[in-house]
Amino acid sequence: MSVKKLFTDGVIRQNPVLVQLLGMCSCMAITTSLFNGVGMGLSVMIILTCCNIVISILRKVIPPNIRIAVFVVVIAAFVTIVDLLLQAYIPALSKSLGVFIPLIVVNCIIIGRAESFASKNGVGASALDGIFQGLGYTLVLIVMCVIREFIGKGTFGGGLIDVGEAGVRFVTDGSGSGIRIFPAQYGALLMVLPFGGFLTLGTLIAIVQGITNRKHNKEIRAGKLSVIAALDAAHGEEGGSDE
Amino acid sequence: MSNGLGFTSILSIALGAILIENFILVKFLGICPFMGVSKKMDTALGMGFAVIFVMGLASAICWVVNRYLLVALHLEYMQTLAYILVIAALVQLVEMFLRKSVPSLYTALGIYLPLITTNCAVLGVALLNTQNGYGFIQSVVYGITGGVGFLMAIVLFASVRERNQYADYPKAFEGFPIALISAGLIALAFMGFSGLKVF
Repeated sequence: MSVKKLFTDGVIRQNPVLVQLLGMCSCMAITTSLFNGVGMGLSVMIILTCCNIVISILRKVIPPNIRIAVFVVVIAAFVTIVDLLLQAYIPALSKSLGVFIPLIVVNCIIIGRAESFASKNGVGASALDGIFQGLGYTLVLIVMCVIREFIGKGTFGGGLIDVGEAGVRFVTDGSGSGIRIFPAQYGALLMVLPFGGFLTLGTLIAIVQGITNRKHNKEIRAGKLSVIAALDAAHGEEGGSDE
Repeated sequence: MSNGLGFTSILSIALGAILIENFILVKFLGICPFMGVSKKMDTALGMGFAVIFVMGLASAICWVVNRYLLVALHLEYMQTLAYILVIAALVQLVEMFLRKSVPSLYTALGIYLPLITTNCAVLGVALLNTQNGYGFIQSVVYGITGGVGFLMAIVLFASVRERNQYADYPKAFEGFPIALISAGLIALAFMGFSGLKVF
């Protein structure tokens, strides 16, 4: 399996959130400022990569009957490590994400990749898969943060980018004011409330589905894809999204 | 805070978990099963009752484990690991127990029970109990009423989704996106409860 294929799968074609529809809880809950989004994305990416590596190494030893339990223990161990590291070195992030850091244990992306990829592939491929799937997740979080923060508060990069006397700089203690794009009183506060999370994610998934549908139609018109195959594919997708 | 056993304290925890800080619509915990099994009313009901049961039980057991095992042995950092193991074992035990002794309930809840292990609402309630420093009774009340809030949200949502099937929306919104947006509108309605206070 080539690196390029793993990359496009993780980031675009099999994007964990927008296409596989996994890990949506954290995706909607914490995307209120770029600081949270980047922090959460990177934490998940690190945990996902480490878990993929360990599970891939152990894949021949784990008895198939209790594999889910083993996965959960491995994941919980790495989540605890990251949780403690964040508490020690980036306490602001740990406070702002709160209960969602320990809840990475039940994030479906990680257990899903362990089950469908790491337990079937070699260590190198599993590590790359972890990095790229994590990257896909992080990118979605960043896009959602940027949209929600912009419409909701009128800023960009809240918490992460600080604009002060020292100019524009990155901070890691969550105190950054963000780059103000329009005055705060015009912000639609609704977008940083739960409703905004549902709306933004729903719209993003709809855009992805719209593009996929259009591509299918084009391929049918160009005669590349027979109508029956397209219907089958559409059916398969419907079945997949039921889970 | 174990002295907060008064009726008002319990009532405010219950009201908070059901309406003001609803697990799904405000806290975003348990979205996966919420989206996954809300297509039909009866499956939504089944899932809701299974979640109430497991959340109540998990709150009780995790409180005991935390108090008498983790805190006593200074192993607080093992919390996440301990809780997820307790929940996984609990779900497995409940499943076995129901299959043997109450087969009718087992067939009703059966397929939803394994799904609950990965429900973030269950782990979430255990972690929040510890974070908020709730006592035993408060924890159990918070767990059960959190489950009731889940049941209410999923039943409301299932009825909206049943009607959505006949609605005319852009094709790109088919399936998940329209469901998410409907859920968002329910969340918007629930914001009306945010001013509610017992005292």
